[in-house]
Amino acid sequence: MSEQTTSPATTGPQVQTPLQEFWGYFSQNTGAVIGLVFIICILIVAIFASVIAPHSPIEQYRDALLLPPAWLDGGNSAYLLGTDDVGRDILSRLIHGAQLSLFIGVLVVTLSLGLGVILGLTAGFFRGAVETVIMRAVDIMLAMPSLLLAIAIVAILGPSIFNAAMAIAIVSLPHYVRLTRASTIAELNKDYVISSRVAGASSLRLMFITILPNCTAPLIVQATLGFSNAILDMAALGFLGLGAQPPTPEWGSMLADALQFVQRAWWVVTFPGLVILLTVLAFNLMGDGLRDALDPKLKQ
Amino acid sequence: MFQFIIKKLMLVIPTFIGITLLTFTLIRLIPGDPIEVMAGERGVSPERHAALRAELGLDQPLLVQYFDYVKNIASGDLGRSLITKTPVTEEFLTLFPATVELASCAALFAILVGLPCGIIAAVKRGSVFDHSVMTFSLTGYSMPIFWWALLLMLVFSVNLGITPVSGRLDVTYWIDEVTGFMLIDTLLSGEEGAFASALHHLVLPSIVLGTIPMAVIARMTRSSMLEVLGEDYIRTARSKGMAPMRVIVVHALRNALIPVITVIGLQVGILLSGAILTETIFAWPGIGKWLIESIGRRDYPVVQGGILIVATIIIVVNLLVDIMYGVVNPRIRHSK
Amino acid sequence: MSLLEVNNLTVEFGDGDNPFRAVDQVGYSVEKGEIVGIVGESGSGKSVSSLSIMGLIEYPGKVKADTLKFEGQDLLAMSENKRRAITGAEIAMIFQEPMSSLNPCYTVEYQISEALKIHQSGDKKWRRQRVIELLDQVGIPDPESRLKTYPHQLSGGMSQRVMIAMAIACDPKLLIADEPTTALDVTIQAQIVDLLLDLQKQKNMGLVLITHDLALVAEAAHRVIVMYAGQVVETGPAEQIFSKPKHPYTQALLRSLPESSLGKDRLDALPGVVPGAFDRPIGCLLNPRCPYATERCQKEQPTMQGEGVRQVRCFTPLDEAGRPSA
Repeated sequence: MSEQTTSPATTGPQVQTPLQEFWGYFSQNTGAVIGLVFIICILIVAIFASVIAPHSPIEQYRDALLLPPAWLDGGNSAYLLGTDDVGRDILSRLIHGAQLSLFIGVLVVTLSLGLGVILGLTAGFFRGAVETVIMRAVDIMLAMPSLLLAIAIVAILGPSIFNAAMAIAIVSLPHYVRLTRASTIAELNKDYVISSRVAGASSLRLMFITILPNCTAPLIVQATLGFSNAILDMAALGFLGLGAQPPTPEWGSMLADALQFVQRAWWVVTFPGLVILLTVLAFNLMGDGLRDALDPKLKQ
Repeated sequence: MFQFIIKKLMLVIPTFIGITLLTFTLIRLIPGDPIEVMAGERGVSPERHAALRAELGLDQPLLVQYFDYVKNIASGDLGRSLITKTPVTEEFLTLFPATVELASCAALFAILVGLPCGIIAAVKRGSVFDHSVMTFSLTGYSMPIFWWALLLMLVFSVNLGITPVSGRLDVTYWIDEVTGFMLIDTLLSGEEGAFASALHHLVLPSIVLGTIPMAVIARMTRSSMLEVLGEDYIRTARSKGMAPMRVIVVHALRNALIPVITVIGLQVGILLSGAILTETIFAWPGIGKWLIESIGRRDYPVVQGGILIVATIIIVVNLLVDIMYGVVNPRIRHSK
Repeated sequence: MSLLEVNNLTVEFGDGDNPFRAVDQVGYSVEKGEIVGIVGESGSGKSVSSLSIMGLIEYPGKVKADTLKFEGQDLLAMSENKRRAITGAEIAMIFQEPMSSLNPCYTVEYQISEALKIHQSGDKKWRRQRVIELLDQVGIPDPESRLKTYPHQLSGGMSQRVMIAMAIACDPKLLIADEPTTALDVTIQAQIVDLLLDLQKQKNMGLVLITHDLALVAEAAHRVIVMYAGQVVETGPAEQIFSKPKHPYTQALLRSLPESSLGKDRLDALPGVVPGAFDRPIGCLLNPRCPYATERCQKEQPTMQGEGVRQVRCFTPLDEAGRPSA
């Protein structure tokens, strides 16, 4: 049987690049695509905030306090979504808030991902005492409600947007550490790592060049979900007055004293929360889609 | 089984020690001199300053301070509030039942809604019901709960006027505190309408607090159930000719619940986190509101003690979940 | 009246327009006390066809048949309840992966007595007695002490014995064994096969033995059904199939046995794989792999030809010398 007749299988579909293949799976998930589109929109809005926003986010129009949205009686088309109690345009504040929220998201995810990957790789690669210390610390952090820990950290560092971001980055570390450690351990015993080790690769090279690229899929998913967590936690801290300080237009802090307007001005309460919900939902939808597209278990 | 519990208990000890270390350092991380920070803007005389330092043991070496701290914890002394001067433990104990009551109702809501939704969605995979459960749960999961609270308040309290806005009981009732659980106390009091009022006050906060856990439980139950339904032993069970309902309840559910129990256990942390926001909004006199107010007042002993207690509760609950996991899953129980 | 009668059985998966036929127009029968072997490669539809007899094909799979009768009762026409009363009691099945086929959450006793509880009356005490009896019958030593064990505490061979005990609990008239030994160690395989054959003889059950182990079929089966890509390609009495195969696929299967390659350097193998959902050839399903394929084989699908139990799906059945007839 030196020569084999061509089987029909060889005339199958053309070989796809990994990216094409990934997009093929991802684009089948309607929710994920909607999420992605929404995120791109928010991104554009954030980048061109100062162009798009009709007003300055902090300018107070004293003649237009608590105006309802434009389509209601008493509304003014200059203030599309109405104004808050000191006469600031809600739409403009929301648009500028997008900038801040996305920036915080990037900051938090970069910090926690970077540090988490290093700690997780170290724990998974060296095992032994190093691992025990790191994983115990992670367990301790997981025993704290993340918001409470973040609040405590902010309370100590002092309320500011940067401190809040630090606090959120710290409390979201454990997930990245656990994930990286688990994938590292799983990869560590595979043949390609052993052969690389035998070839004399240094520990650092093994950790970052050989192993890490093979752990990226779950990390990408976690980072996407980390984004939505960062936005939610930031908003919660802002709401409690521990995040962005007035007059910074941050979504959560826009709701900080909304409780008193529940009875009088529903628009002050409704819009910022809706934007938070939609943005977080978009990231979660995309995260779900990414997980399905990147999870080799679900692929045929 | 006994060995299994002992083993789990041993694992908890280092975590607990870590937590005491954390709360201990937390206070010492406050920038500036702790006494001055605690005293605030009023300032403090040098004599008083020295006296306070000695009183708080701040003139001792760090290690000694830590051991003193642990010793105090061991004897149940978590310090006194700087503001009210009452012991932290005492304040905690008066407020804790309110939080437990709220969190239990929220958990009950989350489980009673989330679990059946997840099960039915998995069994009827691909149906309209499945899709709506998945959509709602993802929305719930993404919900900024402080806004959700405001929104529900806007609709149900302000516009429809069916639920009260805040507190645990109408002011018209005066109930003796027996257990601290309003539902039980109002029943014990025998006062007409008090129980209904307490229940009434619980509805919105419970829904708000239970929303995220409900979403998580529904999603987890669904995916766990889907996985189990594809297992070989489900085919075996069906090959015995049993009714589909029995296959689902007896054979699938038991296995599917194993990971769900862990997830439910993890919700305790989420519930306590959420309680901070929910209690603040609904003026619910529990430990969440207490902690936030203490942070605002820079009442550091309360913050320190409160965090320690909350973390301990979570560790204990996780331990219980681990043990329950062993009871449900024979494979875990037998691995020593 | 045959114990089991199957005619034109088709199982389809997938959507309306272009469903994948995992089982295609399969027909066979099993008599009381008869051992029928079904052989074929992985993916040939052996397991799916037997699952459909058990009523275990789930949505979106669709089962159609001209006849699917057990002791004269039409399995497809009867109510769900009635069908379930037969499944597990009159017809029972054991599976390929004994370790994962037992529910990890329940004890051996619970899982065996469950079958009794569903189909038979009798109290708990009686059931326990019966479970001990069954465990003893399938050769598990000291059965009483095994009642409370969990599946993860059993070896593969033990698990398969428990599965067998579960299957014969209600004294079925027909037992379907789907590759019962594939997942087991070689030494255990023989024990399990012996056990199955003993039980079959004792209880005079009909036994459908699904396997790709030709040696096992040659040794045990009265009648053999060869399947390829969801279709029956050849049926007949075991000794005839093995001595004078008529279908090129059967011939290729037999030639791949080490025994038939004595004195050669390497085993004969049939090139290629069983066609899947997306690469079904036109004409005879075997034609891309068949050494004797003609032009006609690439255009038309052959039907089953031949009399009675000896049938073959080929335009040019092989003669006694193993060459295609005209």
